[in-house]
Amino acid sequence: MAEFFQQLVNGITWGSVYALIALGYTMVYGILKLINFAHGDVYMLGAFFAYYSARWLGVAEHPTPLHALGVLLLAMAGCAVVGIVIERAAYKPVRRSSRLAALITAIGVSLLLENAGILIFGPDPKFFPQIIPSTNIALGGGVTISNQQVIILVVSVVLMIGLRFIVLKTRVGKAMQAVSHNHTAAALMGISVDRIITFTFMIGSMLAAAAGVLVALQNPKIEPLMGIMPGLKAFVAAVLGGIGNIPGAVIGGLIMGIAEVMVVGYLSPTYRDAIAFVLLIVILLVRPAGILGRNVAEKV
Amino acid sequence: MLEVEDLDVYYGAVHALKGVSVRAEAGEIVTLIGANGAGKTTLLRSISGLIPARSGRVTFEGRDITRMPPHEIVGLGVSQSPEGRMVFANLSVADNLELGAYRRRDRAAIREDRDEVYRLFPRLLERRGQSAGTLSGGEQQMLAIGRALMSRPRLLLLDEPSLGLAPLLVREIFRTLREINARGMTVLLVEQNAHMALSIAGRGYVLETGRVRIEARCAELLKNEEVRQAYLGG
Repeated sequence: MAEFFQQLVNGITWGSVYALIALGYTMVYGILKLINFAHGDVYMLGAFFAYYSARWLGVAEHPTPLHALGVLLLAMAGCAVVGIVIERAAYKPVRRSSRLAALITAIGVSLLLENAGILIFGPDPKFFPQIIPSTNIALGGGVTISNQQVIILVVSVVLMIGLRFIVLKTRVGKAMQAVSHNHTAAALMGISVDRIITFTFMIGSMLAAAAGVLVALQNPKIEPLMGIMPGLKAFVAAVLGGIGNIPGAVIGGLIMGIAEVMVVGYLSPTYRDAIAFVLLIVILLVRPAGILGRNVAEKV
Repeated sequence: MLEVEDLDVYYGAVHALKGVSVRAEAGEIVTLIGANGAGKTTLLRSISGLIPARSGRVTFEGRDITRMPPHEIVGLGVSQSPEGRMVFANLSVADNLELGAYRRRDRAAIREDRDEVYRLFPRLLERRGQSAGTLSGGEQQMLAIGRALMSRPRLLLLDEPSLGLAPLLVREIFRTLREINARGMTVLLVEQNAHMALSIAGRGYVLETGRVRIEARCAELLKNEEVRQAYLGG
């Protein structure tokens, strides 16, 4: 039983990272009906921005929580800019074209970021400095949690609550909801739809950056292609929860993380990646709209 | 107040508006009538900046708004209640109204205007916490109009407010429109229900396949043999 709870703790931690990435997919989908395939690569860039800012701040030599927070914020700021540039330069010009054009553009942006990463950062893995020294905390019953896992959970929860507050309580959040419902109606309210779309990309990219930094805390090996698999899995998590649905992305991410850790723990690490696609196939067969997704017919 | 001059608009390859000129003076109710596909909705959408014009000009209170983005046009004082109502189905009635005032910062005045909308449409007050998608068609129409009023427009564009509504509700909505107009609001009304439209408007335009066919005072349009045959059921 202790092992099960240990796996559960690990799964929830891992899942909260997927949830952070999945949120970006689902928000962009909600507003543009676009699957932003470059999103996993933004997560990769988050890890690299953190790597370089940690070196620049000299965090490896003086690992203080304040420095670690600085690294996180710099990575998020860097990816915010990346998100804005991607949207303006790549997606905005094809917004009035077909969905397929946008999808192909997304794949193109993804390949561009990956290969630019190889060119600029080099193809070899880099070792992320230990910005927070690891210690273990006993939870009782033989279950332990590392302080890094605690940080992952706390940061994820804080960011999710922050996102929820922005979407539900603020003016810009209400505008996001309006745009995701209907661009024309939103524009007729006096909302600058372009601005809201850019803002959505910015927020999503910041969450992906945070995920990149948090993962690098635990698995310090970072390389330019590291975003592909987590990106795909987070996309599956978003579909699982109901794409376009924000709480759904969190639920989907958690399920994905727990399932993956359980499969590795109880079956075989070989199936680590396969489980994501098994989940995708199952959800598409059983409930294509996702767990929280709804297909509500509109009244006319 | 509003001047549309020689407007040409294309929908893809379709030449939807062919040199349309329409104007509305402050305080007027002007109506556009015509069959499906005559270009009425296209004209309203172009005025709001939702569809770009190929050529021609739209001016509002002397300012050229032809190439202005839609959200800025709302800011100038032109608001639209669109075809199909387009209420935000998963948001509450109150949130819908709040979004109507998106560009405004004067909180106290926004609250006053919201109460005024509730006074005009008491049913919205009853349902203010309900999500807009659960409202009846008539209530959604009231919400769409109320929401359009929340930006404090000086020109209100209304696209088919009577569509799909029971006659009693249509009369209720038109009575409210007259009240809104009586307080100084200029209204440009697109309607299939030509009877209702011509009874509350001062002037009217008859659109046919993207062109203005007739322009006259509504009293004259009601007597016009051609209009009676085509739009008023003989």
